[in-house]
Amino acid sequence: MADFDLEHVDDVYFDVLREIGNIGAGNAATSLAQMLSSKVDMKVPKVELLDFNQIGDAMGGEEQIMAGIYLVVEGDISGSIMFLLEEASAHVLVSKLMGGMETGEPGQFSEMELSALKEIGNIITGAYLNSLSSLTGLTITESIPDLTIDMAGAILSVPATEFGMLGDKLLMIQTAFTDDVELNGYFILVPDLPSYGKLLKALGVMQ
Amino acid sequence: MGNLIKVGMADLKLCPPDEGITTLGLGSCVGVAIVDKVSRQGGLAHVMLPDSTTIRNNTNVAKFADTGVAELVRQMEAAGAKRSRMVAKIAGGAQMFSFQNNSSLVKVGERNVEAVKKKLKELGIPILAEDTGLNFGRTVEFFPKTGDYVIKAVGKPPKTI
Repeated sequence: MADFDLEHVDDVYFDVLREIGNIGAGNAATSLAQMLSSKVDMKVPKVELLDFNQIGDAMGGEEQIMAGIYLVVEGDISGSIMFLLEEASAHVLVSKLMGGMETGEPGQFSEMELSALKEIGNIITGAYLNSLSSLTGLTITESIPDLTIDMAGAILSVPATEFGMLGDKLLMIQTAFTDDVELNGYFILVPDLPSYGKLLKALGVMQ
Repeated sequence: MGNLIKVGMADLKLCPPDEGITTLGLGSCVGVAIVDKVSRQGGLAHVMLPDSTTIRNNTNVAKFADTGVAELVRQMEAAGAKRSRMVAKIAGGAQMFSFQNNSSLVKVGERNVEAVKKKLKELGIPILAEDTGLNFGRTVEFFPKTGDYVIKAVGKPPKTI
């Protein structure tokens, strides 16, 4: 198996990722709509390979407060997946999920809201991984989610460190969901090195 | 305070005595601030992984604790600073999520902090203060003239070490 190298990702691989992102985000939007009992649209996701020093800017600055939901991916591939949501979007989603109940101080989340956010992250990443699983025929399972609310830079240091072992870039899929308001979310899937090969092979990109 | 010099992730820069230098949103990464006590020339490195020798793709020296600290010191010396007069302050190395069970990444924050300390010790540079570990992100600002290392975290008052 050829060594996978993030510094030399070709267009085909990008197209494949964009397509997975598209289908995954579509599934995620459907799940969100069911959860919220309302219509949720989404924009075509943006797949980007970013230098470490660009990743903060891509999310409105390293100090932008985000909710980060992190899960470990297991099965035929291993690695992790992260879903990030801007704090304001997180508040909108949680408040909708909880029936428009005004809870907690602005900028703060109650225990119940945090657990609702975890559930949202679980559903969204689950939908994404399901698409990946059905496209590749690989068995992909996820751990229970862990959540943190902090600066984008600090949250992103986790997947960046994982990518950091492979190169100096991070692969990110940005998805905007539109409900009444636009919700900005970001997926970061970090397969470990052997899993890249498995994924690309299963997708027919690599021999 | 004027504009601060900005250091990105896996990056390092020097800072003249009268200016300030910052790196935003340190998570498991460590911000290593070094100053020459006499000339007040300073520098800041934002390191991400503990050990360059275990990674195949290790061309970016600023990414690793061992090579990043060494490179920062080398650049400071090239700019006229003396190693014997250097002191350091460090911050970061948090564990952002309670589980990170990817085997090679277990406690990467903690291991980053250890690796930075080891390298500084090897180079004979004393650590004057640290704010490391726990589970939250930190933005740091370093002012070589005073040696102040200001640490900002979400929902916490700024802290100077």
